[in-house]
Amino acid sequence: MILRAEGLRKLYGEFCALDGVSLAISAGEFVSIIGPNGAGKSTLVNVLTGVLRPTAGAVTFRDRDVSGIGPARLARLGIARSFQLVQVFPDLTVLETLQAAVVSRLGHGARLFASLAADRAVREGALEIAELFGLGRKRHVPARHLPQGDKKLLDVASAFALRPQIILLDEPTSGVSTADKTAIMETLVSASKRIGVQAIIQVEHDMDIVFGYSDRIIALHEGRVLADGPPAAIEADRRVVDTVIGRRARAR
Amino acid sequence: MSGRLVLALALGATVLAPLVAPTYHVLLMLPFMAYAVALLGLNLLFGYTGLVSFGHALFLGVGAYTGAFLTSVFKVRSMEVILVAAAALGALVAAPVGALCVRYVKIYFGMLTLAFGMVFYTFVLKFYRLTGGDEGMPFLRPTLLGRSIEGLPKTDYLAGPYYYYSLAVLVLATLVMWRIVHSPFGLCLKTIRDNPTKAETLGIGVARYRWCAFVISAVYAAVGGALLGPPTGNVDPTLAYWTQSGNIVFMTLLGGFASFFGPVLGAFVFIYLQDWVMSVVPFWRLIFGAILAAIVIAAPGGLAGLWVRRPSVEASSS
Repeated sequence: MILRAEGLRKLYGEFCALDGVSLAISAGEFVSIIGPNGAGKSTLVNVLTGVLRPTAGAVTFRDRDVSGIGPARLARLGIARSFQLVQVFPDLTVLETLQAAVVSRLGHGARLFASLAADRAVREGALEIAELFGLGRKRHVPARHLPQGDKKLLDVASAFALRPQIILLDEPTSGVSTADKTAIMETLVSASKRIGVQAIIQVEHDMDIVFGYSDRIIALHEGRVLADGPPAAIEADRRVVDTVIGRRARAR
Repeated sequence: MSGRLVLALALGATVLAPLVAPTYHVLLMLPFMAYAVALLGLNLLFGYTGLVSFGHALFLGVGAYTGAFLTSVFKVRSMEVILVAAAALGALVAAPVGALCVRYVKIYFGMLTLAFGMVFYTFVLKFYRLTGGDEGMPFLRPTLLGRSIEGLPKTDYLAGPYYYYSLAVLVLATLVMWRIVHSPFGLCLKTIRDNPTKAETLGIGVARYRWCAFVISAVYAAVGGALLGPPTGNVDPTLAYWTQSGNIVFMTLLGGFASFFGPVLGAFVFIYLQDWVMSVVPFWRLIFGAILAAIVIAAPGGLAGLWVRRPSVEASSS
């Protein structure tokens, strides 16, 4: 197991967003977290990525307690994430955005008097990721001028530029046209193989994407794990079908 | 006209100014160059990190009082020692102040910096025996590069050796700041300015970088403050008053915080415009207020924003 969460509870005042969630992620897995709105998916993502400290329970990454250590330290340890609502640096170009991630990964951020333009390791690392995600030709375009699909790709690509061991994708295809969804998923799966990402965890509402790419699915409901298993088992689980997947799965 | 050509012309004109321009206008260049150094630092915080300080007069004051203390109390007259000491004390004061301030952003950061600025102002105003209170402290004529220039009349000293000394400090400070903003460190600051949440998830420690930018900007402000001392020969608390902090933010906005040289241009226009408006009307702040309002409305990118051509999407795609 490279990532383990045990007995996670998260309270917002009286409201219990997570109620004893446990999960374990092994190397080589593509795990999807599904659930209706309010199931606790976003809270779980924020706890796993160190943004929120759990009220109880712990998150361990390679046997190290990383509960609530913050996204910056977690990213440096090897867990990266992308966001449901696309997050870019509006005034930075595609290349600069990816360079920032590579600078962080290589620990070059403390170089006050070094020339960024002359830093070949940073430039080549950024260009490699830009090409991998099909953004090479747009490398000089400021992020704010990119179409929405490319912004989403850039958000994900910058997380990949950290060369993380685990990547957590919060609805990687949300806000993207149906035609672009498969292309984005294919791109990020092939990119993860190319750069050696050991596990992908995604939160996703699109069941075609979930069942099409996952090795394992974790269904959340009212802050608890409703089911945890391979896609076939999840599809056959009546509780999951009734509360999470609905008719769409039955029609498959 | 290319940026490099404009820069070369501006530098050439600045070098030649003492030879061809009236002494009065040459002397006005001294506060311009001192403020320009301070503004290069302020803009690292403002334009590159996204934090607006309303208390940077604190560091102008630290630099100026450092020079005053060294020359009039400790009898140290070397300008190089004064600048190094001002930079070191600026960093020393900025380290704890910055550690507290960068935990907050937007108006909270601005108000905290203003509060610290006012604490320092009150300190230099009220500790009369130490600082001379509202009368201030003399900033005796410093030696430049080890050369004592006592025999020269004050105006000749300021419009000659001290002018070129200030210009050299400004050029050096500009080169160093240019390197900083084009370094990997500078790129990390820009990510924090644009989107701190995203920067954090890329492993960039936002608070640490903000603190570093704060300390560097304070060092620049302190060096600028030390340069302000010799022309007046006296340092008083008005240099650390909140209106000074407002003035340097005004200069940055006037020139344009999105451009590297914008604040330098802002300092130049501010100094000469202020001098001209003050000579024409007594209520010059009213005129300046109107100018600031006009800039915010008509040219949010400042004067540099009117000139700097932003690359179009098409151009950058090709």
